[in-house]
Amino acid sequence: MSISIRDVEHVANLARLELTEEEKAKYAEQLGAILDYAQKLNELDTENVPPTSHVLPVANVMRDDEPRPSSPIDKVMLNAPDEEDGQFRVPAVLE
Amino acid sequence: MSVLDLRLRELHDRLAGGELTVTDLVEASLARIRETEPVVQAFITLDEEGARAQAAELDNQLKHGGERGLLFGLPAGIKDNIVTDGLKTTCASRFLSNYIPIYNATVMDKLRAAQSVTIGKLNMDEFAMGGSNENSAFKATRNPWDPERVPGGSSGGSAAAVASRQVYFALGSDTGGSIRQPAAYCGVVGLKPTYGRVSRYGLVAFASSLDQIGPITKNVEDAVYVLQAIAGHDPMDSTSADVEVPDYTAALTGDVRGLRIGVAKEYLGEGIAPQVKEAVLATLKVFESLGATWEEVSLPHTEYAVAAYYLLASSEASSNLARFDGVRYGVRAENPANLIDLYRKSRSQGFGAEVKRRIMLGTYALSSGYYDAYYLKAQKVRTLIKQDFDQAFEKFDIVIGPTAPTTAFRIGEQIDDPLTMYLNDICTIPVNLAGLPAISVPCGLADGLPVGLQIIGKAFDETTVLRAAYAYEQATEHHKLRPTVAGGAKA
Repeated sequence: MSISIRDVEHVANLARLELTEEEKAKYAEQLGAILDYAQKLNELDTENVPPTSHVLPVANVMRDDEPRPSSPIDKVMLNAPDEEDGQFRVPAVLE
Repeated sequence: MSVLDLRLRELHDRLAGGELTVTDLVEASLARIRETEPVVQAFITLDEEGARAQAAELDNQLKHGGERGLLFGLPAGIKDNIVTDGLKTTCASRFLSNYIPIYNATVMDKLRAAQSVTIGKLNMDEFAMGGSNENSAFKATRNPWDPERVPGGSSGGSAAAVASRQVYFALGSDTGGSIRQPAAYCGVVGLKPTYGRVSRYGLVAFASSLDQIGPITKNVEDAVYVLQAIAGHDPMDSTSADVEVPDYTAALTGDVRGLRIGVAKEYLGEGIAPQVKEAVLATLKVFESLGATWEEVSLPHTEYAVAAYYLLASSEASSNLARFDGVRYGVRAENPANLIDLYRKSRSQGFGAEVKRRIMLGTYALSSGYYDAYYLKAQKVRTLIKQDFDQAFEKFDIVIGPTAPTTAFRIGEQIDDPLTMYLNDICTIPVNLAGLPAISVPCGLADGLPVGLQIIGKAFDETTVLRAAYAYEQATEHHKLRPTVAGGAKA
């Protein structure tokens, strides 16, 4: 399976990664090889096989909608790379 | 012999009798770390101060009597993707190199209740992606049996620390073999519990439908106690199973009379090293002599497991790792042009090559136009793999095979070839896809390197897995072998 540099750039954009030219070339080759290997799955007829997303018979787990204390803001902000008045500071979202 | 080599019950007797203190245990652990760490390099963060304080607290409690926890006083190492309140947790990633959690994983609260002592945080492949610890952003942990070789991964630091007797036990996590494979490579015991048996709350998510925390220990008995301490339903993890936790010490009988063993044919086929195959087949004679019976069993979809796994695990990872955006914690790139640029640059600076590769693969598999061909197809194949086991367990109590196709490989040998590296997981991955419990126990050496026997059980039947593992261990001497770095004579 051939993965082009353009494919790599498209996927990198979706994944919010910025790749060097060298990385793009390397990932094009390696992803191609891995996806080639994945073609193996097409040997199997899975027309009538249901997908498994989860091995346990899980359903939505609900709890009562009651207010509970959250993590204290000052503690949360200890790991913030940039902070102002108990809020995370980021570049302007709107131009 | 160090006090850390004592069996748990004897150790607790000595503590109760006042012949030994928790401080003695912690100091023994720290001394062993000072001695072996220059070679082994298992730790990312050592918390000497915290460990000593905890030891003093437990010694004080000892003096005043009172109930002792199940793991009272035992020095523990924790894989660095399990969050520890106030103690740096990096996932061996540059992205989180300064991240200090503000809460505990549920397993850490449970260990605190069981009164073990946290010595520090152990190396791993970045975000648990890899099988060699070469993907750590900080260091390559060495195999205590041969420092030129990898300890396995991703819980390589955990396995190496236990093998070199730096800690009494360690916690690891297993998404495609990350507890069992390093345990096999390092000659120790590694247990992956049933999916849902142990809470994942506070385990930094890699592939949420596959990840599971479990113990790495010197022997099966210790694995029993650690599992007992960490198992159980947790309202903080919506995928944790509300299934009663049995008394696992019931597994410590040594009795496997009448146990029906299926030997997984596909795990002993092409690509399995002859010496590994030989060591695993030799275990059958032991089980036979103990009164168990065995037959070959086929798990016909095994050859598709690796492909299905890498699509599913990478897809889940690409989604889970979207949270690392440089806004709330971790790396933030300097001078971004805008918010999107901040995400891109922070992630690109913070993640290593393997993590980027898997995010790319997962994003591709989930992207518009490819979802059905890759992700959905892999989910359907997952069903077939699960059915293989369902059928096997109609006839057998456990299924056995090797944990890994080879013994530990040399550092650098496979790092440029991701696909070959992925195929090391052929015997462990199907178990995660099916959500089953499985253990790796030492079953001998091949050219001086440990081989692991894998024992797989039915969902939530850890007891039978542990019973078989314990009986085998009691009947053999393999688990007593230890690497030279831990005072053993190398075979």
